[in-house]
Amino acid sequence: MSSRDSILGKIRSLNLAQKALPEIPDFKGAENLVDRFRTAILGNKGEILTPDELISKLESGVYPTVYSSVTEFSNLANQALPTDSHTFAKLDLAILKGQFGVAENGAIWLEDSDLGLRAIPFITEHLVIVLDSKSLVSTMHQAYNRIGSQYSGFGLFIAGPSKTADIEQSLVIGAHGAKSLMVVLV
Amino acid sequence: MSHPQEAAEFLKDPAKSKWHDDTLWFIRDKRDKMSHSVPEWEELRELASSIKDNVLGNLADYLEEFERNATKNGIKVHWAANAQEHNEIVLSILKEKECKAIVKSKSILTEECHLNPFLEKNEIEVVDTDLGERIVQFLGQPPSHIVLPAIHLKKGEISELFHEKLQTEKGNEDPYYLTQAARHHLREKFLAAKVAITGVNFGVAETGEFVVCTNEGNADMGVHLADTHIACMGIEKIIPKRKHLGIFLRLLARSATGQNITNYNSHFRSPEAGKEIHIILVDNGRTAQLGREDFRNSLKCIRCGACMNTCPIYRRSGGFSYKSTVPGPIGSILSPGLDLQKHSSLPFASTLCGSCTDVCPVKINIHEQLYRWRQEITKAQGTSVKELSMMLGNGIFKSPLAYNYSGKMMRLALKNLPKSMIYNPLNVWGKQRDLPTVPKESFKEWYQKNRS
Repeated sequence: MSSRDSILGKIRSLNLAQKALPEIPDFKGAENLVDRFRTAILGNKGEILTPDELISKLESGVYPTVYSSVTEFSNLANQALPTDSHTFAKLDLAILKGQFGVAENGAIWLEDSDLGLRAIPFITEHLVIVLDSKSLVSTMHQAYNRIGSQYSGFGLFIAGPSKTADIEQSLVIGAHGAKSLMVVLV
Repeated sequence: MSHPQEAAEFLKDPAKSKWHDDTLWFIRDKRDKMSHSVPEWEELRELASSIKDNVLGNLADYLEEFERNATKNGIKVHWAANAQEHNEIVLSILKEKECKAIVKSKSILTEECHLNPFLEKNEIEVVDTDLGERIVQFLGQPPSHIVLPAIHLKKGEISELFHEKLQTEKGNEDPYYLTQAARHHLREKFLAAKVAITGVNFGVAETGEFVVCTNEGNADMGVHLADTHIACMGIEKIIPKRKHLGIFLRLLARSATGQNITNYNSHFRSPEAGKEIHIILVDNGRTAQLGREDFRNSLKCIRCGACMNTCPIYRRSGGFSYKSTVPGPIGSILSPGLDLQKHSSLPFASTLCGSCTDVCPVKINIHEQLYRWRQEITKAQGTSVKELSMMLGNGIFKSPLAYNYSGKMMRLALKNLPKSMIYNPLNVWGKQRDLPTVPKESFKEWYQKNRS
């Protein structure tokens, strides 16, 4: 017998009592979505920028290589989407568009169609996510309602920059992924 | 060695064990603040627990549904009855890909299966990519905590280690500096790996997708740069529907580290063009635990580590004292099911204070199960010394006369006995404890004099 059949057989032979799934109530969550979202992002060690602040950062030349999938900023980018993510090993900044944000924790949802390549938000040295402030939802329950049954091969909640506290619980921003997350609310 | 003997080793460095105790309590405190900021926290715990009840009652159906949907999405599903089979499946995929070096992100399951030594024996280089896991891997140690793998180490030790392994400056203990050194070192590994292995936080039956949560982004760095992603998942990690992720992701990071959410929460549904995803569904003792009515609930665990951070024994004895892949209270109810002989002292490594049960996000009755294991173990082993002393205690409390008398004796004894009688090696209780100041009279005597 295959391991598959023996595992399933063992479970079924226990004849366990079946318990119904609970209904999930409608947890409303707090209002003031923008304020809550802003607080959450800052708490996760991200930053919030206005479009103008981003433009002046880009024009200052601190990011030599920039990729943007967001058309509003593509005139300030100088990298095209490669076929292999390894090409972006030295990418300084990526600008992506998020589908919506979650006020309770600052998480921003992105899918394959927003990413171009799945490695981009991780391999880039710094990350900008552009987000419509009208797209904010209150809690993770509303977030999954909003995603619904939409299909993407990969989906991702990003809530901050790459971070670790594995050395004596001292918080360090910039472990393996992006060293900063800047959210541009429009 | 038993848990008390191992704990004694950890306590040989009082300053470090005090730091360990305080640091974990600080995390427990952050967890409290975070959970109090969510008004429906208790309702969420109840929901999570009920969803897991439903899962455990229908596990076979959900596993089949998950397999069907994952296969439809282009994921290759494998089944492993035990650790050996799990490791063989991983090796066969690596051989097929002619891969000699892999990157791995935090997976407690692969620790449980002892995958690293198995692959190394087969001449495959394994690089753990979570910073804490890389540190303990360099030292040839297992993680001492499931969320904070290197919590037993001080930065001085890590600095020395990195000086030796990564040629960092001697004596530079700055956590940022050390983390950046690891970042550069691991980036090379990420860019070179053809196969990446991850664990799984949740598998969704309805969609066939699985979710991996990290703060460092190491799981994603590994899998998106590799051609092949192997995900290793215990069969109990299934949840029925996508919307249930809303509940579990609200609970997980808040319980684990007192964060709102982990910074990266990746949902894998189908491979990127030209790439492959394999998932290995592992039993390794889980169906046996499912069959033990009193201990079945332990399979609800979502591996947040909150029970470790709060446990007065874990905080003071360190993760290694448990000698089991999952240490702490939850490990002490999971591990005896895997090897009762080896882990027989673990259910006694608890004060039964119930704090683990109070913080558990899926409401596992951990301290009750610890008590149940004690009964099983005592039945299997006969009467222990500890039980004898408990029986004496019971005898005293049963008779009021004996109680009054023994109270007087104790007050006299505590005052007059030389410390060597109390702090001698035969008296386990005396270790790490100070005696209270002794009152002159009992409460009863005081009450009769002052209030009657």
